[in-house]
Amino acid sequence: MNVLVSLNWLKNYVDIGTITPEQLAEKITKSGIEVEGIEYVAETSKDVVVGYVKECEKHPNADKLNLCQVDVGDEILQIVCGAPNIQQGQKVAVAKPGAVLPGNFKIKKVKLRGIESNGMICSLQELGIQDKYVPKDIADGIFVFPQDVTVGEDVTALLNLNDAILELGLTPNRADCLSMLGVAYEVAAILDKPINLPEEKVITSGEDTHDFVSVSVANAELNPYYGAFMIKDVQVKPSPLWMRNHLIAAGIRPINNIVDITNYVLLEYGQPLHAFDYDRLQSNEIVVRRADENETIVTLDDQERNLTREHLVITNGREPVAIAGVMGGANTEVVNDTTTILLEAAYFAPTSVRKAVKDTGLRSESSTRFEKGVDPNRVNRAGVRACQLFEQYADGTVLSNAVVFDKLDRSEKEVDVNTSEINNRLGTNITTEEIGHILAKLRFQYEKNGDEFNVKIPTRRGDITIFEDMLEEVARIYGYDNLPYTLPNGVSQAGALTERQQLKRQVKNFMQGVGLMETISYSLTRQDYVTKLISPEINKSNPVPVRLAMPMSEDHKYLRLSILPELLHTVSYNRARNQTSISYYELGSIFTSQEEILTKQPNEQLRLSGVLSGLWTEHEWQQEKKAVDFYVVKGLVEGLFNFLEIPVTFEQTKLTDMHPGRCATVSIGDQVIGFIGQVHPKLEKAMDLNETYVFDINMETVLELYDNVPRYYQIPKYPSTTRDIAFVLDRTVLAGDVKKVIEETGAPLVKDIQIFDVYMGEHLQEDKKSIAYRLLYQDPERTLKDEEVEESYQTIIAAVNDKFNAYVRS
Amino acid sequence: MKEQLEAIQAEALERVAETSQIKELQAIRVAYLGKKGSLTGVLRGMGKLSKEERPIVGEIANRVRESITQAIDQKNERLEEQALEKQLEKEAIDVTLPGRPIQVGGPHLLTKIVEEIEDLFIGMGFEVREGPEVETDYFNFEALNLPKDHPARDMQDSFYITNELLLRTHTSPVQARTMREYDGNKPVKMICPGKVYRRDTDDATHSHQFTQIEGLYVDKDVRMSDLKGILDVFAKKMFGADREIRLRPSFFPFTEPSVEMDISCKVCNGEGCSVCKGTGWIEILGAGMVHPKVLEMAGYDSSVYTGFAFGMGPDRIAMLKYGIDDIRQFYTNDRRFLKQYHNA
Ligand SMILES: [Zn+2]
Repeated sequence: MNVLVSLNWLKNYVDIGTITPEQLAEKITKSGIEVEGIEYVAETSKDVVVGYVKECEKHPNADKLNLCQVDVGDEILQIVCGAPNIQQGQKVAVAKPGAVLPGNFKIKKVKLRGIESNGMICSLQELGIQDKYVPKDIADGIFVFPQDVTVGEDVTALLNLNDAILELGLTPNRADCLSMLGVAYEVAAILDKPINLPEEKVITSGEDTHDFVSVSVANAELNPYYGAFMIKDVQVKPSPLWMRNHLIAAGIRPINNIVDITNYVLLEYGQPLHAFDYDRLQSNEIVVRRADENETIVTLDDQERNLTREHLVITNGREPVAIAGVMGGANTEVVNDTTTILLEAAYFAPTSVRKAVKDTGLRSESSTRFEKGVDPNRVNRAGVRACQLFEQYADGTVLSNAVVFDKLDRSEKEVDVNTSEINNRLGTNITTEEIGHILAKLRFQYEKNGDEFNVKIPTRRGDITIFEDMLEEVARIYGYDNLPYTLPNGVSQAGALTERQQLKRQVKNFMQGVGLMETISYSLTRQDYVTKLISPEINKSNPVPVRLAMPMSEDHKYLRLSILPELLHTVSYNRARNQTSISYYELGSIFTSQEEILTKQPNEQLRLSGVLSGLWTEHEWQQEKKAVDFYVVKGLVEGLFNFLEIPVTFEQTKLTDMHPGRCATVSIGDQVIGFIGQVHPKLEKAMDLNETYVFDINMETVLELYDNVPRYYQIPKYPSTTRDIAFVLDRTVLAGDVKKVIEETGAPLVKDIQIFDVYMGEHLQEDKKSIAYRLLYQDPERTLKDEEVEESYQTIIAAVNDKFNAYVRS
Repeated sequence: MKEQLEAIQAEALERVAETSQIKELQAIRVAYLGKKGSLTGVLRGMGKLSKEERPIVGEIANRVRESITQAIDQKNERLEEQALEKQLEKEAIDVTLPGRPIQVGGPHLLTKIVEEIEDLFIGMGFEVREGPEVETDYFNFEALNLPKDHPARDMQDSFYITNELLLRTHTSPVQARTMREYDGNKPVKMICPGKVYRRDTDDATHSHQFTQIEGLYVDKDVRMSDLKGILDVFAKKMFGADREIRLRPSFFPFTEPSVEMDISCKVCNGEGCSVCKGTGWIEILGAGMVHPKVLEMAGYDSSVYTGFAFGMGPDRIAMLKYGIDDIRQFYTNDRRFLKQYHNA
C-alpha cells in the first residue's frame, strides 16, 4: 500500500522549513514509514513563462502549423506552433530561446518552413508531466492556463514543476497516512512543528436538504453513518490549477471540478465521497441495504456487475445506484450538464467493502481506504469540506441541514502508560517530561498523574488499542537510534545442537566427504513425478499424494513422496547443459498420508536420497575412466552405514521405474529402509538421462537407531590368520547368500569375510561362476591352532558345497 | 714374494680403475680375493717362507688385500650410485601433467548460511528447533495473532491443502509450538530454520519455496534494547565487525513494537550506491517485541513474560553476500552453480 505525498501540498499544513526532501525522507523512514522513493516532477527551467497569444494565423507554407505572435511580458515572440488546440487569446506556457526542457531539450531560434520561430509553446508532457496525468482533452495539444495568470510569470510554480514527491510504503497499520492530513500529523510530530488544519466553512442556503432527500439504512452494522449533502446550481468545468496540480502530484488525472473536488477531499482527509447527479437519481430517497441475490448494477466503467446478499448497495429506493464504498452506477454519474449534486459522505464497514472488492475485482482509492477503516470523526467534516469547495470552485449553492443517518461510534479509546513501564520494556531512561513531550508532538490528549499517563487515542489512529501500541509510538518518536545496546539479563544456558541435528550434519559431511554435492530441490512436484520412484516400504503404506487446493502451476502441484524425481529432473537439466557427470545428494522431507481428504497433517519423513550419473572418476590423459555403476552407489551406502556403525543388508528386488536386474532394497534387520539401483532405462530415456543410479534411505529410522556414544574396541592382542576359498557356483547363486552361510558356519572364529575375486569365462562352464572369499580367523583370548582353523575351514567348505551345489575351485 | 704381491696389487687396482661394470667388479673380487684368487694363491705359498720373513710378507699381503678390497668397495659404491642415478633418471616423469582429479562434494550454499547462523546463535545460548512444513491454520496464523478474517492472510498468498492445513508461510509456527511445549513457565531461547512456501510465481526475486530462520527469546523482563544488542552481535559476526545496524519501525501482526533491521552497506560503507539503492543501508531482517496476544495464546502471562522475535531469509542474505541475482539458482541445482560455493 503506497501513497504519493507532494511536498508542495504538504507545506499547506506543516511548515517543513528548509529541510531537503532527502533529509525529510530519512527522518520519516527512521520514525515509522518507509519512504520508498523521491521523485522530482521536472527539472525546472527559468525561461519558461506564461505567454498571451495575441495573434494566431495559418503558417503560409504549412497547413498544420500556425504562426503566432506571443506576448511574454517583456517582448513579443513570433512562434510557429503545430498544436491543434492553439487559439488566439489563450494564455500558454512559452519556452523562450535558451530554455532547457526535461530530457535536456534546448530551445533555440529556428526557421520552420521558411519562417522564423523564437521559442516553443509547450504541452504538459514537454514540461515533464507524465502522460498518464495529462487531462485527456489536451493529451495531443498544448496546455492552456486559466485567464487569471499573469503574462510573463514563470510557469514553474504555476504548474508545480518544482515539487518533490515522496512515495511512502505504508504498513497495514498506518492507514491513517492514506490522507494528507494523516501525513501532516506524522511529519509535524517528527519535526516538532505546529499543524495547520483546513477550516471547513460553508454558507448554506435557506433550502433544507430534508425537503429533497431522505436517508434510510437497513444494515447499520455495515453502514453506521450516511450523510447526504445537496448542492444546487453547480457548473461543471475544469477545476482550479492548484487543485489539478495537487491531483497530478498525487497520481490522479484531473477530470472536471466535481470529480476533482471529491478526489481532492479523498486525498486530503482520507475520506471517500461520492457525487450523484440528483436529477438522474430520479428519486428523493436514499436506501442503503444488502443487494438481492442476482441483482445487477452497471457501474461507472459501463460494466454490468452481479450482486449477492453479501454486497451492500446504495439504492434510490428501487434499484442500486452504487456498490457501497466501491463504485457508483453509470446512470447517476455526474455529467457535463449536471446542475444538482447529492453528495454522499459515509462510513462503510471494512468487511463488506473487502468482500465486494474481492468479488468484483474493483479496487480503487475509495475502496482501499474503506477496507482499512476511515476516521469516524472525519466523515462529516470531509462532506462539509467538499461542499465548501463546490461553493468556491463549482459555483454551487449548498443546502442547509444535511440528511444524516448516524449510529457511528466516534469515541476515543484510552490507553494507560507510565514512565517506568515504558523504560522497563525499552531498556531506556526516558523522563516523564520527555514522554509528555512526545505525546504532545503526536497530538495525543492525555491526563497526567505523577508518571502515569491516561492517553486518549485520536480516532484517526485506529491502530492503537493496547499498551504495546503506545510503547511503539513513544519509542519511534524517541528514536530507535537512541535505544541502548544491551544483552538479556536472564539466566544463560548453553546452546547446542540436539543429537539428531548433530547426526544430520555428520551425514551431510560424510556425503560431501565422499564426493557428493548437496542439493535443495522443490518439495512441490508434478503429477507424473509424484508417483515415481517411491521407496517400497512407503509404497506398502498406500500413500495418497497430497495435492494443493489452488496450485500456481502444474509443475508444483503435489507434495513429494520421493526426493528422487525432482533430483532426476536436475540431472536432466544439467545434462542439457553439458554437465554429464553428476553426483548429488539431498536430505529432505517427503510427505505421506493415507487420506483422500486430509484431516490431519501428513507424516513428514526425513530421507537421504542421491543420484549419480556419468563418470565417477576420470583421469583423462591416463585414459582412466570409471563410470558410475551399481557398486559405486552400493559402496557409498555401505560406507555411510559403516561410518554410522549400523549393519544393513541388501536384497535383490524389482521395483517399477527401476532396472529389474540392478536394484536392491536396503534393510536394517528385517525392516526395509530404502533402496538403491539403476533407474529403469525406459524412464532414463523418457527423462533424457544416461545411465543413472539412485539411492533413497529413510533417515528417521537411522537417526533413531544411531547410538551417539563412541564405542571402544580392544585392539586384538593375538595374531590372526587368513584362509582363501574359491567356490564354483551356479550363476544364479548370490554372493551374499554364500557369505551368510560362511558366517553362520564359521562363527565365532571367522571375524571377517571379504570377496576378492569374481570370475566368469572360458575356464568355467557357461552357467557357472567362481567367487573367492578371504576368511579372517581370530580369537581375542588366545592364538588359534592350525588344526582348529583347518577344521572350521573344512566345515565351511562342506556346508557351502552342500547348500549351493558348489565345489572348490583348485 | 714381495714383488709378486706388489705386482698383483698393481694389476688389481688397475683393473678396478678400468672397469665400469658392477658384474666385472664382482669378477675382479673373485679373481684376486676369492678362494681361488691370485692373492690367496700367493699367500698359500707363505708356508715356504722363513720365520723371519713370514710376518713381513704377511703384513704386506694384508696391506695388499686391504687396498684391493677398499678399491673394489669404493668403486662398487660409486658404480651403484651411478647405476641408481641412471635408473632414477629413467624414472623421471613430467611433473607438469595434471594430477588425478579427486571427487569433490560440498554443501549447498543455503545450508552453509543456515549453519553459520545456527552456530552463531548456539554460541549465544540459543537452541535450534524444527517443525512440520505442512502446518495447521492455527499455528501458522491464529496463534500468531492473525485471526481468520485478518486482511494480511489472503488465501491467495498461501498454499492451502484444506481449509485447515497449508504449507507454512514462515517458520514462526515452530515458535508457537515451542512456547506451547514449554507451557508458559520456562524461558524460550530458540531459532528455527526451515523451508517455507508462498503462493508466488517464480521469477528472479520470487520463489514459491524459500528458506527462513526465525528466532525467539522469551523470559521475564526482556527489553527492546536486548533485541537491539543481540541483533548487533549477530550483524557484526555475520557481516563484519565494521557493520552498523539501524532499526526502523515496521509492522508485523505477531510483534509490537515491530522493526526492520538494516545494516550499513558494505559496498559503499554507507555512502550510497546501487546495491543499497543510494540509501547506504541494506534491509536484512524483521523483528519486534512479541505481541502480548501471541504470548497469552501460548500460555505465557504477558504481564510477567516479555520477549523478542526476529526473522530473516538466508536466500536473500546469500544473494546479498555473493551478488547472486536470481533466487531460482538455489533450487535449479545447476552443477556449476553449486560448485562455486563449496569453499565460499
Ligand atoms: Zn551501498
